[in-house]
Amino acid sequence: MVREAGGAAMKARAILLNAAAVVVALVTLAPLMWMVAVSFMAPGEAAAFPPPLVPAHPTLDNYRTLFETYGIGRYFANSLLVSSLATGLALLFVVPAGYAFAKLRFRGRDRIFQLLVAALVIPGQIGMLPLFLELKALGLVNSYAGVLVPWLAGIFGIFLVRQYCLAIPTEMLEAARVDGASEGAILRRIVLPTLQPILVALALFVFLGSWNDFMWPLIILSDDRLYTLPVALAALSREHVQDNELMMAGSVVTTLPVLILFLALQRYYMRGLLAGSVKG
Amino acid sequence: MTAETRAGWVFTTPALAAIALFFALPAAASLLLSFTDFDIYALADLGNLRFVGLDNYARLFGNPLFWRAVRNTLWFVVLGVPLTVALSLAAAVLLDARTLRWKPVWRVALFAPYVTTLVATAVVWRYLLHTRYGLVNYALASVGIGPVDWLGSPTASMPAILIFVAWKTFGYNMVIFLAALQTVPQELHEAARIDGAGAWTRFRHVTLPAIAPTVLLVSILSIAGFFQLFAEPYVMTQGGPDQSTVTILYFMYEEGFKWWNLGTGSAVAFLLFVMIFGVTLLQLWFAKRVAPQ
Repeated sequence: MVREAGGAAMKARAILLNAAAVVVALVTLAPLMWMVAVSFMAPGEAAAFPPPLVPAHPTLDNYRTLFETYGIGRYFANSLLVSSLATGLALLFVVPAGYAFAKLRFRGRDRIFQLLVAALVIPGQIGMLPLFLELKALGLVNSYAGVLVPWLAGIFGIFLVRQYCLAIPTEMLEAARVDGASEGAILRRIVLPTLQPILVALALFVFLGSWNDFMWPLIILSDDRLYTLPVALAALSREHVQDNELMMAGSVVTTLPVLILFLALQRYYMRGLLAGSVKG
Repeated sequence: MTAETRAGWVFTTPALAAIALFFALPAAASLLLSFTDFDIYALADLGNLRFVGLDNYARLFGNPLFWRAVRNTLWFVVLGVPLTVALSLAAAVLLDARTLRWKPVWRVALFAPYVTTLVATAVVWRYLLHTRYGLVNYALASVGIGPVDWLGSPTASMPAILIFVAWKTFGYNMVIFLAALQTVPQELHEAARIDGAGAWTRFRHVTLPAIAPTVLLVSILSIAGFFQLFAEPYVMTQGGPDQSTVTILYFMYEEGFKWWNLGTGSAVAFLLFVMIFGVTLLQLWFAKRVAPQ
């Protein structure tokens, strides 16, 4: 009798808990769902009270205007190019370094690594103005090379790769050396395959990070034909404050690719996130 | 030199060179630049560059807009950090409950805003917070609260941006908290339960002490994040209304890239670094005093 009542109370609590999770998730996702809904509304439809939640007559007009009149396709391609290059280059620079800091013995290694970890507390924005002048001297202002440069210097990535490389058994590397494998071959054939999950996570961090980045491309790019999506969207939204439907479509075009990518690879993303942040 | 040593240098040199050239050098140069009058004339001809010592700092300290930016940023930190940490911890505790089903679904749903593009969601929120047509005021009207001019009144603009930032970032902290909650020993919970401790008492005396280091880590990360607000005011309010959302980084951007006062801008950047660094040290010192181990 008592147990049954306790069971019923537990059940009620469980239902309440699950309902709470549903409500919290709905509230969190509401802005994104509304963004999508309004993007399909006719121009002016969303400027009404009470705000319409679904389009009366769903239309693709806003998307058509964005692509045909405002050439958002170009900005999309720009962003895709910049983010892909940033990802490739960052992996190329960061992965061998992270591995070397974990597994190769050379003088000064630990001291350099300690310096790098200490440098993690310095926000990148501190050096933005001198970096701008430096790139101007190098002739890289208003070029994608200038946009990409900060992604080469990813201390966090080195840290992440090193954490994972520490788990690789040294005997395995020694055995390969005894068999006459070169250090480059060891990296390619033994280390890289074992690192796969964290490489996906790292690639995803850099891709999403460079896709979403705003301040640096805003500073370094002056030719609007070179703009990335966020910079183009910010410029467009300053001119079209009243065109809600158009701006929501622009926001969908900008956020959807990264959301899809994240959903597809979220398992790797979370693993990388936790490897980088929770230690002790 | 052995093959291993040589490989060590070959593998690390490209990354170290990039860090030195594009991170360390500019960061250090920021301090040097802040002692010069680097402006649009120096940008055209370096011959116009002069060393001015602490003039930039003196001028900043005499500039009311700089103090406004500092005060605004500190308010963002003071209000925003507890808000996001509390929200993310509450969400994590909810998602950690044993009887909750489909946990991965909720986790991903609450994390999604974090990976969205900031500029795009700022545009969305500018619309959500619209005085007349926004969903936020519509929801408030349904509980009898009159229309709030979120982005047009100096008293509401900061809360408006805080709501947006909290929505955008709480999922990140939540995932970190979720991982930490999994390390809390279940036996402790059971023992407390047998002793008759309620949910709140158990949270207060079992969970919270166990995840205290994570709370510190998350709050350090959040503080650094709130000190670096830029795109939010840039897109949503352009620093207004009445300069109520000018942040330090927004001020630095305008000083540097709108007015081309790169010397003054660098002084702002350096002061920002000192502030973040100082607050972090203060937190670590405080944590050590509260929990000496």
